[in-house]
Amino acid sequence: MPARTLFEKVWEAHVLARHEDGTDLIYIDRHLVHEVSSPQAFDGLRLSGRRVRRPDRTLAVPDHNVPTTPDRLTRIENAAARTQLRALEQNISEFAIPSFALDDIRQGVVHVVGPEQGLTQPGMTIVCGDSHTATHGAFGAVAFGIGTSQVEHVLATQTLAIKRPRSMRVLLEGERPWWISAKDLIMAIVGRVGTAGGAGHIIEYAGPAIRALSMEERMTVCNMTIEAGARAGMIAPDETTFKYLQGRPLAPPPEHWDEAVSYWSSLHTDPGAHYDRELVFDISNLEPQVTWGTSPEQVLAIGDRVPDPETVTDPLARETLRRSLSYMGLTPGMSMSDVAIQHVFLGSCTNGRIEDLRSAAAVVRGRSVAPGVRALVVPGSGLVKRQAEAEGLDQVFQDAGWEWREAGCSMCVALNPDKVGPGERCASTSNRNFEGRQGPGSRTHLVSPAVAAAAACTGRLIDPRQLTGNGVS
Amino acid sequence: MERFNTLEAVAAPLPTNHIDTDVIYPGRFLSTVQRSGLGPLLFHGLRFDERGQERPDFVLNRPAYRQAGILVTGENFGCGSSREHAPWALFDFGIRCILSTGFADIFAGNCVGNGILCVTLPPAKIARLMQDAEQALMLKVNLQEQVIERPCGEVVPFGVPAAIRKRLLSGMDEISMTLQWSKRIDDHERQLTRTLPWL
Repeated sequence: MPARTLFEKVWEAHVLARHEDGTDLIYIDRHLVHEVSSPQAFDGLRLSGRRVRRPDRTLAVPDHNVPTTPDRLTRIENAAARTQLRALEQNISEFAIPSFALDDIRQGVVHVVGPEQGLTQPGMTIVCGDSHTATHGAFGAVAFGIGTSQVEHVLATQTLAIKRPRSMRVLLEGERPWWISAKDLIMAIVGRVGTAGGAGHIIEYAGPAIRALSMEERMTVCNMTIEAGARAGMIAPDETTFKYLQGRPLAPPPEHWDEAVSYWSSLHTDPGAHYDRELVFDISNLEPQVTWGTSPEQVLAIGDRVPDPETVTDPLARETLRRSLSYMGLTPGMSMSDVAIQHVFLGSCTNGRIEDLRSAAAVVRGRSVAPGVRALVVPGSGLVKRQAEAEGLDQVFQDAGWEWREAGCSMCVALNPDKVGPGERCASTSNRNFEGRQGPGSRTHLVSPAVAAAAACTGRLIDPRQLTGNGVS
Repeated sequence: MERFNTLEAVAAPLPTNHIDTDVIYPGRFLSTVQRSGLGPLLFHGLRFDERGQERPDFVLNRPAYRQAGILVTGENFGCGSSREHAPWALFDFGIRCILSTGFADIFAGNCVGNGILCVTLPPAKIARLMQDAEQALMLKVNLQEQVIERPCGEVVPFGVPAAIRKRLLSGMDEISMTLQWSKRIDDHERQLTRTLPWL
């Protein structure tokens, strides 16, 4: 058998047919469903009289449009959101799909919930009508986002006909400085690869710095791989992966555990395997990252200055930078630390897990939210929230003046009541700084949980080490 | 789905890179259970001001472009969210073909199922087609022959993956095609029960 990459091993195990037209028909092991990208797919099934082939391989969770206030079980003001949530409930019931409803402690952002339940496992193919499905690649799964027509296709057939992506390896060299989070790593990688740079590829992350990451950190890295244009990110499973999964409700049961681990242990790239592209990236001198523009690739070290579009020669690229600057209300050469923010959002499928909350709480503890700043903590799931409360983190945040919310996508996506107003600025631990992403006219600066916490304390985009000192986190 | 064979339509210029699906179809309109009638929400933030009035300077609001059927745009069009509402809104507005130096993967896949042709061309060719679009000229797109005819007479050849070309030309339902492989799917599932029983 020739040397194969992790991606090739997982992909090839799922190919049912190679079509003449260059696509592969692949089997899908797990399908995650949420309220926003699924109603039209279920309608399609009804119109054509089709059933859901494998409801038992499907899990539905409402997350995108749900309010995060405690009264959400009795009151959802937006009529369209109510209709959409009711449609999900009806479809779940009609097609017998397992789900975690809004009143279930297991409800949360679908990409937090899957791994937390042990649904996400090495070697699987996982899809969801959501581009951040890339998150699940942290376990050595091939996991990617799909559109609603493909959601319908998977519901009906448990397969997808898709062109096999090319492979790319991002090898991280050097040791990660203690002040650098997984978020800073992936933001810097997106800046380097570019937001179109990974198009048509699956990225495998490798190197000692990747091996040293916790599962939650790996999820943050894989999550934002889509922001580099790649369909998915992957990290080979190892002891960290197995330890994370063992005992979770949907993980392999004890009688199959050893067998599963033995199979999972074969899921690594063989020596000498070929990647279509390779990128080596030294991370030993990395600084905390912050985006200045309206694309995740428009990223800087936090102490740096806003770039000048006039230094760019390509006319389309120059016009793109000018547009971003104008939308963000920034001027070339200004220091990022002079930028004042009015909102802080801690949460999302990128940074809504317990380690993210701990990291921010370490900066927040004993400090207060700056005047004129509104700060939200939105745990990624009900279980993350419960864990944080058990550790007293809710108190740390609330004592400092943060709002402590219920689980959901919240301010990442502006299709629920949590929004940023026109012209207002948000230091956000989410994944996209697109125009209008957090509400019409909103201005988003993507940051790590620690930088978000420092922004809440000072009202500025500053390096958290300025608050905590160089040696203490 | 609607077939795509040939198209003769006004091309509209969007000379920016990385136009994402939040710009094409803003998130706050995602709470819908419909897939048709979304055209009025297309490029909502660019087309309308805070009071809902048209911005007269936005390209698709200008009289010459109101019937545009083609967009010419910068690299990585459709990046970001996987929302199929983006191609649904484009289609409903009347856009049937998009010309760019590159597309985001999920967006391009979503377009195929909705009868929208995405054509990738080198920067120099996009620059020439952008000039046509800036003058609101008509372009002729022929998928059978895989060529675009410019008003000046130049014929620009393009390539599209065979699978995409076939689906657009035939308008066939992908699910029906896949269901022909049902036995293969059954066999795979039976095998999984034996080899990976925990799955």
